[in-house]
Amino acid sequence: MPGVAPLVDQFELGLQAPICITWELTYACNLACVHCLSSSGRRDPRELSTAECKGVIDELERMQVFYVNVGGGEPTVRKDFWELLDYAGEHNVGVKFSTNGSRIDEAAAARLAASDYVDVQVSIDGADAAVNDAVRGPGSYAMALAALERLAAAGFEQPKISVVVTRHNAGQLDDFKAIADRYGAQLRITRLRPSGRGADVWDDLHPTAEQQRSLYEWLLAHGEEVLTGDSFFHLSAYGEALPGLNLCGAGRVVCLIDPVGDVYACPFAIHEEFLAGNVREPRGFEGVWRDSELFAELRSPQSGGACESCGHYDACRGGCMAAKFFTGLPLDGPDPECVLGNGEQLLAARGDAAIPTPAVDHSRRKPSRACDEDPLAEFWASAPAHVAQRATSAGG
Amino acid sequence: MPEFQFSSGAWQLNPQVSLRPESFGALAYHFGTRRLSFFKSRELLEVVERLPDEPDPAAACRAVGIAERQLPSYERALRTLAETEMIVPRGER
Repeated sequence: MPGVAPLVDQFELGLQAPICITWELTYACNLACVHCLSSSGRRDPRELSTAECKGVIDELERMQVFYVNVGGGEPTVRKDFWELLDYAGEHNVGVKFSTNGSRIDEAAAARLAASDYVDVQVSIDGADAAVNDAVRGPGSYAMALAALERLAAAGFEQPKISVVVTRHNAGQLDDFKAIADRYGAQLRITRLRPSGRGADVWDDLHPTAEQQRSLYEWLLAHGEEVLTGDSFFHLSAYGEALPGLNLCGAGRVVCLIDPVGDVYACPFAIHEEFLAGNVREPRGFEGVWRDSELFAELRSPQSGGACESCGHYDACRGGCMAAKFFTGLPLDGPDPECVLGNGEQLLAARGDAAIPTPAVDHSRRKPSRACDEDPLAEFWASAPAHVAQRATSAGG
Repeated sequence: MPEFQFSSGAWQLNPQVSLRPESFGALAYHFGTRRLSFFKSRELLEVVERLPDEPDPAAACRAVGIAERQLPSYERALRTLAETEMIVPRGER
């Protein structure tokens, strides 16, 4: 159309409603993946009720948010999961949900195959059990593949297989593609973010510079047949733009609703710095999306800072806000994985004090001592010496 | 599927598609193919909304005041929408 600014420029100013929302339904999870970006494990007692979730779906229908990416935690552990799935479908909100596959039994697979508005995304992070289970836990590879088997047997068409690219699986992209082809699935590969527990393992797991380069070539070769959630736009600085929007959509075209109803700018930014509001507020989700100060700021023209003079700035647009934030880099500078190596230099120069810690953590606590069965153990340990002594003698 | 022709054949928005107006034009989402498209002008949105009331796509463009010299770009945009089943021949569902 004549005289129209490029869409990316329009999107940077924000939309009436998100193009896509990520909605983590629960922090509960039966796995404990080392890179979990929501630090999930235990359910939060304040999680949205069934009625509150339906209220959010009503709002999404009104705002014409056409689809949501449902995740967690493991969303299927919610007792009302299937009820909410049906409700979303009845209200023109398409759902794609992410699962570790543990609860996709034959009945679930049949139910999903019978629905035409639900998309399923099964996560694996290695093309073999050794690589996968090192990140996602023992038995998780077999579990995910069993779910894909059941979906295929039930006639579910084209599920997604979702892979987070790490240093250990970056060489397995062709193998992942083969697995996807075997199950009639579509491959989706996304970027490892230093978010949630991912911050603890990012230094060791994020792809090397050479792996990034190969990944870029691979993505160019496979084009639109492989989904990426536009998560590798920082690689566009290598030259040719990758398929997709190639911009940071945080608060502009995407956002996150977490299990307790908090609205964050993006799924990788669970931190008070990026908290825009809560769906329980009187203004609701719609009000938070339209009026929050944080989102207004994200939609205003951003400074490229140190990157502005770089010839590749138009291609990568400074990269991922969350990746910068959780590695302690300035938001108006290069991405930690800047393909020119500018991020690496900054990482090397930064002090540890600069790295923000995630405020929300639902990881399951590890027992402090393997054989400790005394529920007051922590109390005794921290109690004054004479109390601890008395307890010891009373217990004897 | 019948071939798209600009100056003959009656079309309409696919009933499986929802449109959401935006400042730049509109988002169009196909619930069947799960494909998202962008209308890059408000005028294209008007044209698509006008399709059911006109005998053919060219008439819909003229009815909402698209200038003659701009018709080719609208023809291209509508053809793409037909190829992706965002718009369908009228009477067929």
